[in-house]
Amino acid sequence: MIMNTEKPRTPDAGQAAPKGNGHHALTERPKPMITNLKTVKTKATSKPMPPAKLPAPSEDPERVARNRELARTFIMPVVAILFAGLFWEIYSSREGVVLPGPLKTLHDSWNLIAHPWFDNGPNDKGLGWQLLYSLRRVAMGYSLAAVVGVVLGIVIGKSAMAFKALDPIFQVLRTIPPLAWLPISLATFNQANPSAIFVIFITAIWPILINTSVGIMRIPADYENVAKVYQLRGSRYFFKVMLPSAAPYIFTGLRISIGMAWLAIVAAEMLTGGVGIGFFIWDSWNSSRMSDIIVSVFYVGMIGLALDRIVAKIASLFGTKGD
Amino acid sequence: MSEAVIDQVAENEARFVDISGVHKLFGSGKSRYHALAGVDLRIAKGEFVSIIGHSGCGKSTLLNLVAGLYLPTTGSVAVNGREVAAPGLDRAVVFQSHSLLPWLTVLENVLVAVDSVHPDKDRKFRMDEARKYVDMVHLSAHANKKPGQLSGGMKQRVGIARAFAADPQVLLLDEPFGALDALTRGSMQDELTTIWEKNRKTVMMITHDVDEAVFLSDRIVLMSNGPAATIAKIVEVPIPRPRTREALLEDSHYLEIRKELLHYLIGAGMHAAA
Repeated sequence: MIMNTEKPRTPDAGQAAPKGNGHHALTERPKPMITNLKTVKTKATSKPMPPAKLPAPSEDPERVARNRELARTFIMPVVAILFAGLFWEIYSSREGVVLPGPLKTLHDSWNLIAHPWFDNGPNDKGLGWQLLYSLRRVAMGYSLAAVVGVVLGIVIGKSAMAFKALDPIFQVLRTIPPLAWLPISLATFNQANPSAIFVIFITAIWPILINTSVGIMRIPADYENVAKVYQLRGSRYFFKVMLPSAAPYIFTGLRISIGMAWLAIVAAEMLTGGVGIGFFIWDSWNSSRMSDIIVSVFYVGMIGLALDRIVAKIASLFGTKGD
Repeated sequence: MSEAVIDQVAENEARFVDISGVHKLFGSGKSRYHALAGVDLRIAKGEFVSIIGHSGCGKSTLLNLVAGLYLPTTGSVAVNGREVAAPGLDRAVVFQSHSLLPWLTVLENVLVAVDSVHPDKDRKFRMDEARKYVDMVHLSAHANKKPGQLSGGMKQRVGIARAFAADPQVLLLDEPFGALDALTRGSMQDELTTIWEKNRKTVMMITHDVDEAVFLSDRIVLMSNGPAATIAKIVEVPIPRPRTREALLEDSHYLEIRKELLHYLIGAGMHAAA
């Protein structure tokens, strides 16, 4: 419609039309646009139309638009980060501000950034080790939560009675902040490491458990009928109907939980001590190494993002949605 | 062999599917719904019977009772002389919503039924068997596709292949072509008759399409409107087989039966509206 007005000015319709209408190029393929123009043109001017040329592959307007979009996706965040850094630098350079600016942070903590794997005994390790120790605790607590959560979720999802009985309890337990479990955990285990792992476990299990049980309860009646008529029982029912049907729900739970587990470990380690990024941040605070804190917090964010993306990626491989 | 035994066999074959005095109630208290009231129906072995009626008349309920997905409140349903107590492979269902498992390929969906029929055979035999049925519905080229990549007609053909792969004694079709466009429906009906002519399974089909019923069936069962629906009338279709659409249009019975069915359905519809 919009192109009708442009048509008399453009001798080469195939190239000019998409250029004049950037957003059209995304939704419509070039070929129909040409035929469209051709018919309009003959109707409007009744002059013989020169044969429309197809744009060469390199000028494919769709591809140009896509590349431009891609460039924007990368450039815009960089611009935003530069601006934020600039404001931070300006703010930090003011008098009386304790927070070091980005340049000072890089300068002060360069040793920490450049040598993540140094190891000078149990109380002085590089950031890589600190993160690895934290990740190991998360991995243990989270895997335990995943196994127990999925298994319990299936049992509860399959039994309406169990769900009725236990759901209110879960709804209360899942709102308890992770750190509130720590004293109980310390009293039970008497040791820092298992206590931290237990906190991760108890934090991560609820979303997994609740989502799994909902996923099991929401297996469509159609699939249940197929399973009954075609006699899918036991392990065949489990692997061919139940698990794939509930998979999107299970993975939603797993993804929420990994984020929560990573949030909880930093806080828990601050209190339990030992090697780990949480205690490293706390220790830096006690020794007034502000730039070290900033670097650590940055790494905590990056690892958290990576964990979330990894689980999301696994979910996209397994979580086939129904058609 | 005594004549009594032969009589018994003949008797069994005449009432291969035996529905007698079936009432079906859903819910309880105020929300109680009387779906079927006193249904009696006998289907002979190798017979193709269609059940037709307005929506909500309990057609699907009747089919689910034979499938064993529901149990009758009173009365009894028996297939081949055995009381129906649960779903089973001897009564395969083609569901209205095709109900394929979307995470399995076409072949794997058919294999689901084959694996249940032949749990003790080796994998090669079962794969060959599944391929045979995929081939039967002309989907060999799409055997490794997921249902999401198929058209509505193709999905329903997979449903039919899966049902035949169960090698059932009775085939239960629940508005199998209801969700398809008119052209696809026509070719699917042709395909179904061709397959049926080859193996003459006992078929019970739910439909709301008069032409489909006449084209495919030996007998057509008309249901009255719910609640408390029951069989209003049974119409014989004495059109010789194999049937073709062209021949059907010239058959003197065809128009007569069609008129009779439509007359009943329109009348019942008016009655329901009033």
